[in-house]
Amino acid sequence: MPTSVKVKTLRIDGRDVSAREDQTILEVARENDIWIPTLCHLDGLSPVGACRLCLVEIKGSTKLLPACVTAVEEGMEVSTQTEGLESYRRMILELLFSERNHVCSICKSNGHCEMQTLAQRLGLTHIHFPYRYPSLPVDLSHELFGMDHNRCILCTRCVRVCAEIEGAHVWDVMGRGVDARIICDLNQPWGTSETCTSCGKCVHVCPTGALFERGRSASEMDKRPEFLPYLTLMRRAGGE
Amino acid sequence: MILPPEKQPMPSDDKRWRLVATAMRRHGYKSHGLIESLHSIQETFGYVSEDALKFTAKMLRVPLSQAYGVASFYHYFNLKPLGRHSCVVCRGTACHIKGSAQILSDLEQLFAVRVGETTEDGSLSLLSAQCLGACGIAPAVVLDGVVMGRAEAESIVHRVEEVVAA
Repeated sequence: MPTSVKVKTLRIDGRDVSAREDQTILEVARENDIWIPTLCHLDGLSPVGACRLCLVEIKGSTKLLPACVTAVEEGMEVSTQTEGLESYRRMILELLFSERNHVCSICKSNGHCEMQTLAQRLGLTHIHFPYRYPSLPVDLSHELFGMDHNRCILCTRCVRVCAEIEGAHVWDVMGRGVDARIICDLNQPWGTSETCTSCGKCVHVCPTGALFERGRSASEMDKRPEFLPYLTLMRRAGGE
Repeated sequence: MILPPEKQPMPSDDKRWRLVATAMRRHGYKSHGLIESLHSIQETFGYVSEDALKFTAKMLRVPLSQAYGVASFYHYFNLKPLGRHSCVVCRGTACHIKGSAQILSDLEQLFAVRVGETTEDGSLSLLSAQCLGACGIAPAVVLDGVVMGRAEAESIVHRVEEVVAA
């Protein structure tokens, strides 16, 4: 870290905090034990601002801004928990639940799912939107892992961890809008991929039960994303 | 061994690959030339085949999944060969209000084909566009590259029938 980094001071939820100028609101909030919900964000991966759950209010701005990709500014006054924000966050989660087939009781990640945990924490009791019930495939062609598009929320953590950490870029997103899908290589079965190294990083960063290890039954798929901060730290140490 | 782009073998003996390779060279075989390369493939072959995507990925050193992702994101690129005739119906807001949905469903019914697909006999590909940017002449339909503005469902269907039968 360069020694000449400037320090900015700002207020988050009425608390005075200081931050390095290259930090995001989310980073500073987490350093100060202020909770902001996220699904697509993961420390060690590039931020994309896709899930919109980390939206915060900033005094003087009529727009809601995603905390994970908004840099801190001097004198900023940030609110992370207002009534409006909470209702938007619940709405975003409801839309995610209604978009595909999230059936927790038979999901391998039941009890270990970030989206489920978040829904419980935000007090989600009902989905007020009609479910779309799309007909989506499950890819079980890989001998170790499986991909269930019914549970995918297109957070692109798998895409980013594969491209940025493993360096294989097996995954990407195809199509657009409601037809968007996570694809493997040229939209082919995972088991036929020549680029996949079967490292399993994508499986363990997936926040839901979309990516899982085969041989696990309902509620048995606990994720172990701890490798990511470890790898990030070791690579930074190796680069110095 | 990884060969430099200049020495990569062409996917087949088809001379048209050289046109594609030339387009890639114009952009220095850089990954940001991906969309331009796909354009040249579509112009040369009429569609973007799996071989073409593999070739592009290798030449520009972009991941296969990214090449497919980009090609599938833009409606302009066809991943399957088109029929002898193509009909693009605009689905923009103005065209929608002027009844493009009716035109689409009429054509779908008459030719027994779904939007984005080609009839079984390969005579017609029915496509849609999000907006052709020709809202002033809504609803807009492009039949074999010719724009037809202020299209009425009946006359359009009739015209398409004529062209396909010819």
